[in-house]
Amino acid sequence: MTTQVSQPGAVSRREFLKLGWGLLAGVAALEGGLAAVQFSLPRVAAGEFGGVFTCGPVEAFPPGSVTPFNEGRFYLLRLDDGGFLALYRRCTHLGCAVPWDPTTNQFVCPCHASAFDQTGQVLNPPAPRPLDRFAVAIQDGQVRVDTSRPLEREQFDPSQLVYA
Amino acid sequence: MSESTSAPDPFWKKLWRSAVREPYTGDRRSRLRLVMNNLILHLHPAQVPVRTLRFTYSWGLGGLSALLVVLLAVTGAMLMFVYTPAPDQAYQSILALNTQVWYGQLVRNLHHWAGNALVVVVALHLLRVFFTGAFREPRAFNWLIGLALLLLTVVANFTGYLLPWDQLAYWGITVGAGILAYVPVVGNWLSQVLLGGPEIGPATLLNFYGLHLSVIPIAMLFLMSLHFWRVRKDGGLSVPRGVDEAPVLKDENVTTFSDLVRPEAVWATVTLTALVLWSMFVNAPLEPLANPDLSPNPAKAAWYFLGIQELLLHFHPLIGAIVIPGLALAALAALPYLSGDMDSVGVYFRSRRGRWLAAFSAAAGALLTVGYVLVDEFYLDLPALLPSLPTLLSNGVVPLAALLLGLIGYHGAMRRFFRATRCEATLSVFVLVLTGFIGLTLIGIFFRGPGMALLWPWEVAGH
Repeated sequence: MTTQVSQPGAVSRREFLKLGWGLLAGVAALEGGLAAVQFSLPRVAAGEFGGVFTCGPVEAFPPGSVTPFNEGRFYLLRLDDGGFLALYRRCTHLGCAVPWDPTTNQFVCPCHASAFDQTGQVLNPPAPRPLDRFAVAIQDGQVRVDTSRPLEREQFDPSQLVYA
Repeated sequence: MSESTSAPDPFWKKLWRSAVREPYTGDRRSRLRLVMNNLILHLHPAQVPVRTLRFTYSWGLGGLSALLVVLLAVTGAMLMFVYTPAPDQAYQSILALNTQVWYGQLVRNLHHWAGNALVVVVALHLLRVFFTGAFREPRAFNWLIGLALLLLTVVANFTGYLLPWDQLAYWGITVGAGILAYVPVVGNWLSQVLLGGPEIGPATLLNFYGLHLSVIPIAMLFLMSLHFWRVRKDGGLSVPRGVDEAPVLKDENVTTFSDLVRPEAVWATVTLTALVLWSMFVNAPLEPLANPDLSPNPAKAAWYFLGIQELLLHFHPLIGAIVIPGLALAALAALPYLSGDMDSVGVYFRSRRGRWLAAFSAAAGALLTVGYVLVDEFYLDLPALLPSLPTLLSNGVVPLAALLLGLIGYHGAMRRFFRATRCEATLSVFVLVLTGFIGLTLIGIFFRGPGMALLWPWEVAGH
């Protein structure tokens, strides 16, 4: 005799199939959702911003100068001691473009009045951290700035400066 | 014999009868059948309690929202034929719309002002439903659908805001996406996905175009259908009653056609006329072409976000832009599920005491808001007072905790000193927060000038 007696707690065929269909539907929904998220991911940045900028020869930037590079969204600064620093001009508060004010030697954000000193440190909130910077490299006397990744920092530190 | 000799019906009569099966005779039965058999009219029940027709109860705000959505769909479809969603062409196509297309400026104005009006009307609709207590069971779930529709309305406005690609659009969206980036853990990623990159660019415009023209309208259409359907399934409009009146159990019914349809048509005509007149004389704003190198001063978000932007001046961004609005939304969603201790559906402001407390709370909210903004602007510097704490705590968690404790204390004070019921105390807190939010929004619109300095409105207008 092959009569099957269902044991207490055993999974019936109906329950098994229900579970199977449920799992399949869940997997399908997950796949669809993931595909939709991946579909909407940012396309790789094309164009200028995000690449490496060659700013010019070291001598073109006298100590104490602030030079805007609008295409690269950054300022190239040369501090009085000759050190180079590239600051992303995006305000760390909400993303407005921060202009340089040469009369006060500050970056002052027009949106919410955050102010930053020449090294990008916060002088006036609401900005929560100093201006982000980009990596600077000096090769063959040329200053190069890599805008592919903004570097966040808690405060200014002389090790962030690059010397010719 | 006589039947066979009569002339066959003309073609147009057959066509008409194939579309409208029952002739309309004007008697009661015919009026009921007309509403039931017409696709548009059957959004209504065939007959309604006569009391719900009182205009000063509902103010026709739900129907007005639907009317504005239809107007937005029509004008939006017209704009599609002129607009190009690419950074180097978008602004040009708006200029062409304004100057070279017949009625182009008028259609754009109508779309712009109807979109702004929708934010106001939907918000007023929410207030009406709250103040008459109509958000409680059995209408609780429809309240949630309504909240979702309010959010969709704001998102629709926000995505449409970028499309003209002028300075207003570019920096308004920059600030908006900057706020999004403060969402814990996933914020940066969210902002990047929405913008299609680290900053606003061609991908952003295409993303917003797709959202504004397909995703959001389809979601709204679906939720609106659900919302209307639920109104009927949940027993129709709540029935208004006087402040000392017992709930009305049985009310006289009138036929929807035309005791409800007639005032609706009048209200729709009045609103449409007002909107067209307004759009004939007031142009939708258009600033110079977007310039990524130059943030305007002051850079303000769209007016319905200026309450939040004002919060940003006083709180750490995570608290001001994410936590406080999030808590407010969660509280709104939870409202119908908090236990109510009085039967006040249909009574504006719950009771006589409720009316008095609402007026008191409105005055208190206005005074406290103006007072706090002035004190925080000129005297209070929490980060300097608490230098050992990070600003997230000193300028965020600490004042937020004080704010929440203040609201709980206010609720308790209403209960204790004014002998308010829980419903009345909740109403008081709601009005306090509401006037606070309206106050912040007005300050953001009219009293913030260059560098976000506090100025008088005539000084702000001068800039």
